[in-house]
Amino acid sequence: MSSVSEALPSRPATAEAVAAGLRRRYAAEWRFRIYGMIAIAVALGMLAVLFATIIGNGWSAFRQTSVRMEIALDASEIDPGGARDPAVLSRADYEGRIKAALRENFPEVTKRRERRELYDLVSTGASYRLRDLVLDDPDVVGRSVEIWVPASDDVDMYAKGQISADVPEDERRISDAQIARIEELRRQGRMETGFNWRFFSSGDSREPELAGIAGALLGSFWTMLIVLVLAFPLGVMAAIYLEEFAPRNRWTDTIEVNINNLAAVPSIIFGLLGLAVFLNFFELPRSAPLVGGMVLALMTLPTVIIAGRAALTAVPPSIREAALGLGASRMQMVADHVLPLAMPGMLTGAIIGMARALGETAPLLMIGMVAFIVDLPRGPTDAATVLPVQIFLWADSPERAFVERTSAATIVLLVFLILMNLGAVLLRRKFERRW
Amino acid sequence: MALSYHAQPIRAAHQTATQAAPKMSARSVDVFYGEKQALFTVDLDIPEKHVTALIGPSGCGKSTFLRCLNRMNDVVDIARVTGEITMDGGNIYDLDIVELRARVGMVFQKPNPFPKSIYDNVAYGPRIHGLAANRDELDEAVFTSLEKAGLLKEVQDRLGQPGTSLSGGQQQRLCIARAIAVNPEVILMDEPCSALDPIATARIEELIDELRESYTIVIVTHSMQQAARVSQLTAFLHLGELVEVGNTEDIFTNPRDERTQGYITGRFG
Repeated sequence: MSSVSEALPSRPATAEAVAAGLRRRYAAEWRFRIYGMIAIAVALGMLAVLFATIIGNGWSAFRQTSVRMEIALDASEIDPGGARDPAVLSRADYEGRIKAALRENFPEVTKRRERRELYDLVSTGASYRLRDLVLDDPDVVGRSVEIWVPASDDVDMYAKGQISADVPEDERRISDAQIARIEELRRQGRMETGFNWRFFSSGDSREPELAGIAGALLGSFWTMLIVLVLAFPLGVMAAIYLEEFAPRNRWTDTIEVNINNLAAVPSIIFGLLGLAVFLNFFELPRSAPLVGGMVLALMTLPTVIIAGRAALTAVPPSIREAALGLGASRMQMVADHVLPLAMPGMLTGAIIGMARALGETAPLLMIGMVAFIVDLPRGPTDAATVLPVQIFLWADSPERAFVERTSAATIVLLVFLILMNLGAVLLRRKFERRW
Repeated sequence: MALSYHAQPIRAAHQTATQAAPKMSARSVDVFYGEKQALFTVDLDIPEKHVTALIGPSGCGKSTFLRCLNRMNDVVDIARVTGEITMDGGNIYDLDIVELRARVGMVFQKPNPFPKSIYDNVAYGPRIHGLAANRDELDEAVFTSLEKAGLLKEVQDRLGQPGTSLSGGQQQRLCIARAIAVNPEVILMDEPCSALDPIATARIEELIDELRESYTIVIVTHSMQQAARVSQLTAFLHLGELVEVGNTEDIFTNPRDERTQGYITGRFG
């Protein structure tokens, strides 16, 4: 039988054992740190690649080529009656005036095929531009006007260097003759590439050079407004009731489990629900931000409730006891003390939920928000589409000029998402700092 | 033995805590947390305008008993209280819970001021109970309470600052001022000094002694010295049972129960 002092290692033995193991311990820690840094580097690298691709592809869409033209607005052609009647003015042959102006600029073009190629240099939207000008100010009839009209998408692509003249003629969408005319226009100072305001001010179009995201942006705005109005108050109230007032029993347990399950339901299911209930049963308008907002609100609701409950649970119990101990009713305790402390967390949850809803496409496809809509929606019941659906539609279009627009719309969507998340962070920080 | 000690003529003129009229009474109070029983048939009278100390080792049920007196255990879903607790002869379960808690204030172990200004902390009770008709009355209630809690001088020129910016001892006095502002009859204190340093503790103890003139106070404490210093009546609890109750002096000089003897001499607990 050994004594206690013999059983225990002597002091130098402990020191040796520690010293022997130290290297290994530090090596393990060092390896762990390296793994962590590699993981972060990979994640950041992927993000950088994503941003670089999207911005690289989409940047050029923020610039658009236009052509300066002098157009003679002969009174005999535009307004034979001379009454300046808007109905007559709006029906006049503006396309013909533009074609005439083009022919005048290039008198050497005479053959039919060459003429058609010449006309293709400017966008079909040029005639609308001219019509709007005349309708705004009928006094210009009879005079000659100088206007900038959008170039057609292929010319724009060439001007921005996306179509190269080095490619054999039959492999590009623009002919040698057209290139010669473009260069001529440039030399005359009649063709310039500037900021693409139209991209932010007009709705969708079949012509890439005329297409813009204004309609989709407005549609997203109305949809998000409906989501905010429905999901935030409902979610906050449900969270408060469940967390602060509801008794703990089988019913509330079931509700809790189901809310958590709802948060994991694929979003397209909510679209099917919207189709079946809101459209087919309640017969609400198709393609409307109202219905889209309702569907997305349903999708966001579980997120808001879960975040809200987490924020409420995070309020220290000592604050609740302090209020109750003073004789505050439950309602007073919640309204005066718990809610103000939980609000930043609830807002953060709501904003993150909304950000998810803003990027959502699938459920909106089910309720018809995928339609081709040119007019800007003026209210939540007008037919509209939203940004991610617009991206989806453009990504599907064959024209080369839609490629850059798809990326540009993605940039805009990303900017909004980043702004919303930034807003959530700032809100949280502002309220946390108060005390 | 203790009885004969009480009967000594020299003490008869001076009313002792055990003889004072009870403000609150507990009769065969049992408390269960789910399946676990935390208190076993506790009978205790709390004398009016005296300080009653509840002492005992950790987990003996002294805080649980304290929280029965203003029905704070109602908040805990699984807690169940049986038996009878009366205040001024009426069952506290016949009172509305808001009224009961307005009459029986509470100060907690950890100072828990609201994350609001010092003024709003004290004004909260009078506001929710409608005790002040106008701003002047509210101001007066706040100043009087801060004065009584011995905090006014330290904070009068920064009433707008958050209550959480005060030191620990000041925060606890703010919580006492907040409780006093409702003008309760009974103040329950759950180890009010356990998070404080000795100097802050001394200030609170002085304060408790002053408050005894106007309020009935029940204090839970870990420190036997504190119980001896501030209380007139001491109740010793052990494993959920009320072992012994008596005048503080008697408990500490002449305990009747072996377990009390063991606890106060530091053999366990």
